[in-house]
Amino acid sequence: MSEEKTLVVPPMLVAELDELTSHYPDKRAALIPMLHRFQEELGGWISPEIMEWCAEYLDMEPVEVYGVASFYPMFHMRPRGEHVVSVCHNVSCDLRGAREILARVCEVTGCRPGGTSQDGRFTVLGVECQGACTAAPMLDLDGVYHENLELDDVDRILGGVE
Amino acid sequence: MIPQVPTYLLDRCGLEDSHTLDVYRANGGYAALAKVLGGMDPAEVIEELKDSGLRGRGGAGFPTGLKWSFMPDPQKDRRARYLAVNADESEPGTCKDRVLMEKDPHGLIEGILIACYAMRVPVAYVYVRGEFRHPYNRVAAAIDEARKAGLVGENVLGKGFDCEIWMHKGAGAYICGEETGLMESLEGKRGHPRPKPPFPAGHGLWGMPTTVNNVETLFNVPFIVDRGASWYRTMGTDASPGNLLVGISGHVERPGVYEIPLGTAANRILEDWAGGVLNNHKLQAWFPGGSSTGLLPASLIGLAMDHDSLKAAGSMLGTGAMIMLDETACVVRAMEVISRFYDHESCGQCSQCREGTQWLHQIFRRMENGRGRMEDIDLLESLASGMAPAKTICALADAAAIPTHAVVKHFREELEAHVKAGCCPRKTARTPETVEAGA
Repeated sequence: MSEEKTLVVPPMLVAELDELTSHYPDKRAALIPMLHRFQEELGGWISPEIMEWCAEYLDMEPVEVYGVASFYPMFHMRPRGEHVVSVCHNVSCDLRGAREILARVCEVTGCRPGGTSQDGRFTVLGVECQGACTAAPMLDLDGVYHENLELDDVDRILGGVE
Repeated sequence: MIPQVPTYLLDRCGLEDSHTLDVYRANGGYAALAKVLGGMDPAEVIEELKDSGLRGRGGAGFPTGLKWSFMPDPQKDRRARYLAVNADESEPGTCKDRVLMEKDPHGLIEGILIACYAMRVPVAYVYVRGEFRHPYNRVAAAIDEARKAGLVGENVLGKGFDCEIWMHKGAGAYICGEETGLMESLEGKRGHPRPKPPFPAGHGLWGMPTTVNNVETLFNVPFIVDRGASWYRTMGTDASPGNLLVGISGHVERPGVYEIPLGTAANRILEDWAGGVLNNHKLQAWFPGGSSTGLLPASLIGLAMDHDSLKAAGSMLGTGAMIMLDETACVVRAMEVISRFYDHESCGQCSQCREGTQWLHQIFRRMENGRGRMEDIDLLESLASGMAPAKTICALADAAAIPTHAVVKHFREELEAHVKAGCCPRKTARTPETVEAGA
């Protein structure tokens, strides 16, 4: 291990977690919603520092937190691009051209599926069913669904990213 | 034109601001809750539900009133007790609960409150899949509105009934839609399903009595309470009463979520509601209720969409998510896609599932890419038979095995054609380097 880094958690977030844990008879139940909040607020991925902080807060071992976080596909266990583009490649989307959409997303962002662009701006993922089947094909850009896509939409949507 | 049938589930969804308390109340919302709290005994509510014949809309079709009656008598069992609302909608093809949460969240909340009253449960958790940010926000905002209006929290409507509803966000694992996987996940663990028995009604969340109900199931409840079980039985079939939300996707002219009476023939839904197969093509194959229910040939499109009709045909109603494949689609590619899905989503506890889903995926992938062997077809069957039924803790292995058996049974010639041609005859195969688009 390299020298220890300490994580600075904003007081507002701590207050939110104190409220969140009060919803459950066992505070550990707050772990997954908590990891979402950390990923949203502190760097976009679940760093070892985050896992250590959560473990201490919930009276767990860091390795237990790792075991949970790494089970769930929505948690990024490594740093990822500034923007995450998830393209559903399950059956309803596949039938409506998801493969071509994913290829276009990769072309526009300069990513391979599952990878991050060299400039660090984008991570592109092929993901399983997102519950947008009747509006297929779809992509999720930073948590917002874009549905009923044509290939040109990809250029427009990604072109609008800061 | 979409046929005129009696509807109730989606009636409010088209109204402006349908997600708000004002619009909900202006259209009869929370009348059923007032009726229940105003003088119905919890046991009466459960009897009404039993009489209605409502069956769970999450996939298994279990009678809801009966499930509720499994909760122990709070006089005799004083442990804490919970309702877990399954809003982890993630069966491929399924997007109906999302519509209800986005457009009519108070309908769900009223259903939760009545369920909690009937089972004397003071706390409910709504487990929403993490990707559903907008539906999550809609339900969360509606709970806040309801809390301010005295509908959620202590002393609901001044009738001495306490009921708290908390939102809970999942993180993208399909297995958490399985009720015991959901409970493990809600407790902050990996979504590993638990062996049953013990069943959730005796040993659920934190070891306490728990009932898990799907969103659409609970959404039906206020209507049944308000209008009565006999009204409910005027729709659907004897064994599957009421209306069903059907999501129809894939190769159709008008994909969408439609409300149909249970027992409606699948071809009528395809033609009358969804406008027929896309581009006037011919239908080749279809899933009746999500990918786990297995591909059926076009010749079976006359089947009625209800639990027993589909079961008799060797399939399942599942989540009512119909996925249509036209004559240009490749069923082997469809199987490659869905076998990859089960491989990705297996939680890894049981070897039959962990290894089996991976092998199925490898075989369908090589077949689609022209490297299949004739003996692979029997191997698929033998693998699927080793995985299910009832060989694993939960039904995910079954969900992978059922479509495998179905494709061998109904589409053996397609599989053989791939092997003989040494490629996909429909030229839909991926190039090997794009096969893994892994998340």
